[in-house]
Amino acid sequence: MKELLMGNEAIAVGAMMAGVQVVTGYPGTPSTEVLETIAKRNDGSIYVEWSVNEKAGMEVAAGAAYAGARSLVTMKQVGLNVASDPLMSLNMIGVKGGMVVYVADDPGPISSQTEQDTRHYAKFAKIPIFDATSPEEAYQMIQDAFDYSEKYHTPVFFRATTRVCHACASIEVGEFPKITKAEGFVKDSRWVIFPRLSYLNKKKVEAREITLAEEFSDYPGNELIGSGKIGIACGGIAYAYVMDAIESNKEMFTVAKFVTPFPFPTIFADRFLQQVDRVIVFEELDPVIEDALIYHQGVTHTTHEIIGKRTGTVLNAGELSANYIAGVLNEIFGAELVVGNQTFEDAPKVPTRPPVLCAGCPHRASFYAVKQAMKGKEAVFCGDIGCYTLGNAAPLDMVDTCLCMGAGITIAQGLEHSKSAGTKFSFVGDSTFFASGMTGVVNAVYNKADMILVVLDNSTTAMTGHQPHPGIGKTMMGEVSAAVSIEKVLVAIGAEVKIVNPLDLEAAIATVKEMDEKSGVRAIIFRSPCVAIVKPDQARHIDTNTCIGCMKCIRELGCPALSKKDGKAVIDPALCTGCGLCSKVCPTGCIVKD
Amino acid sequence: MKSCLLCGVGGQGTVLASRILAQAAMNQGLFARTAETIGMSQRGGCVVSHVRIGEYVSSPMIPEGQADMMIGFEPGEVVRNLSYLKEDGIVITCKQVVQAVTASLSGSDYNAEDMIAYLQRKVKHCIVIDGAEICNICGSGKVLNVALVGAAAQSGAMGISVEDVKAVLAAKLKPQFLAMNEQALALGAQCVTQ
Ligand code: SF4
Ligand code: SF4
Ligand code: SF4
Repeated sequence: MKELLMGNEAIAVGAMMAGVQVVTGYPGTPSTEVLETIAKRNDGSIYVEWSVNEKAGMEVAAGAAYAGARSLVTMKQVGLNVASDPLMSLNMIGVKGGMVVYVADDPGPISSQTEQDTRHYAKFAKIPIFDATSPEEAYQMIQDAFDYSEKYHTPVFFRATTRVCHACASIEVGEFPKITKAEGFVKDSRWVIFPRLSYLNKKKVEAREITLAEEFSDYPGNELIGSGKIGIACGGIAYAYVMDAIESNKEMFTVAKFVTPFPFPTIFADRFLQQVDRVIVFEELDPVIEDALIYHQGVTHTTHEIIGKRTGTVLNAGELSANYIAGVLNEIFGAELVVGNQTFEDAPKVPTRPPVLCAGCPHRASFYAVKQAMKGKEAVFCGDIGCYTLGNAAPLDMVDTCLCMGAGITIAQGLEHSKSAGTKFSFVGDSTFFASGMTGVVNAVYNKADMILVVLDNSTTAMTGHQPHPGIGKTMMGEVSAAVSIEKVLVAIGAEVKIVNPLDLEAAIATVKEMDEKSGVRAIIFRSPCVAIVKPDQARHIDTNTCIGCMKCIRELGCPALSKKDGKAVIDPALCTGCGLCSKVCPTGCIVKD
Repeated sequence: MKSCLLCGVGGQGTVLASRILAQAAMNQGLFARTAETIGMSQRGGCVVSHVRIGEYVSSPMIPEGQADMMIGFEPGEVVRNLSYLKEDGIVITCKQVVQAVTASLSGSDYNAEDMIAYLQRKVKHCIVIDGAEICNICGSGKVLNVALVGAAAQSGAMGISVEDVKAVLAAKLKPQFLAMNEQALALGAQCVTQ
């Protein structure tokens, strides 16, 4: 039967078709649904875990592959930086069972801190990479990725980008195979990395690159479409945009779809170049295919004109689109392709609509408590990655720095050691604390930092869709496990710890004030669950007779359930979760339960 | 091949609506693609879903100027995305505005009438739906998406009938929510016949 599958679901189902036995990962948009789908469709025969971070995930998957099991580790592009330490040695050690490293890239970026291109990592680590152009191709290609991994004893990258990960297509799904038990770990010196072994293996890896460049040249996914004299080289979702863009004048072009950007399929590239006079390259993120073509021409002394990002012609940041590509092809080649031409210059202005913390989000209360406690005093607020990054928006305006997972804790220390003024606060979520916050706290205590760590413990990994984490006591296999206590960890490291419910605003403010008086590394755990994982309380409403229309509630909190109507504040009962924060802010006490 | 762009505000249920349309098409043996906004914008930001059904097409994203239909969960968002509409395309939109947080304080709020008036002036076929009223009748704020899909189906512009959608709902929804959604579907469809 045909199913409507999201790209990430197609990748998951494809991996299951390939007989994957161990799946690990750390949540991160747009990669998260792969692991979740396998967990959901799993009959219990596949081991699935959310690892504490990407490095742990990579290593667990490697161990499984050492033992001969097929393994998959999933992450977003910036997560690969965390996992790069094991990766950059595993590439020289290799694997026995097929191991696929799934990385989701995010052109735009839409839900990430940067536009990082994983194809560079493939080249850097010298391991092959597959790059899907659609969900249905991904479904097939991830199965091939496992085969290549096993055949060449190397981890293999599988990359997709947001518009493939989060697009759905109708896909015919077969029966899952029976999982056979892996051979098990066999002791051998090949698993111990030593200089001599790396040296010998590097020679093999370099030789493999040449073999794979040839083999990939006949890989069916690397395809030439059409026979026109203008060549379009493309990869990933840009291929889909190109096909859409040239629909009305296909005869002009030969499209070369590159699904294995590394090792670059040189013979395939030659076939393409021989067929065309000029070449333009469309790819999102960095000019990887483009550079490979230019480099290949250098090696083979051929001289096609290659138009792309390097010539300043194609966008070098952000997403591409069919309209954009058609526009470029029209301009450069006079292609006369149809582009959207309706303009609406007289349209009424619609203000931007940035994402906001949900109505009733406990982070709003936490930020507000710290803000109130520090009113009139100097303070710096170092933020981190998660829903709480949204605390930077007005009216809270409580995020002064944000860099990468866990960095808020250590950035604060740098500010302190450079003698910047004010109390240094670091806000970190519970999941981020475990992923990469703990070492930063050790660093702070060891090096005698003076800071207040604020752990926003909402009992979930909210931003990516509410995954469990080590503090929750539940695994992705649905089993109960020992919950790791954040307070005990902090006490053991040597920080002074206070725990308070941020929705108890008075107590929360008092705690922050008390901690501000002290010195050294102190921690406040604001503990209150994300509203998306608990039943909401009764919605509050505003008594319009006593509301004086001062708008303090809206101005101070920015809760999306609050808005202004006829000079008074009103609460949208469909959105309000009854957190009660606004009633504590209102000077007239007109926000009530019923 | 037919393309439909759905646009609204994170949390309004655009993802389910686009999946329903795609599934209805697949049940007729048609090819379907969708692309949805998943991630940070789902927290009250702008969201769009692309649905393309019928013959095979490479891209899940509708090029600008090529949507046969737009389904607006919020009229301001339709205005924002109007460049996606084909010249003779049809718009179905809910008439209630969702103001961006603190928009009214910063003075950047807008009113529904201006948006609707503009759409009616620019778009030949513009169907306006009182989503709040339908949600009221059905007793749930969560049925706006199904009401809009009902109107979309009734218009015939996507080659999917109200009956097709009904079959998808029956297969997709928990039984306790079915009656409420069927009612919303019918009320949405009525907005087009009237
Ligand atoms: S009680 Fe007030 S602050 Fe809390 S969700 Fe409702 S309106 Fe928003
Ligand atoms: S999902 Fe949870 S943590 Fe994230 S903004 Fe909403 S309530 Fe807050
Ligand atoms: S703070 Fe109280 S009195 Fe002031 S607008 Fe809000 S509800 Fe009305």
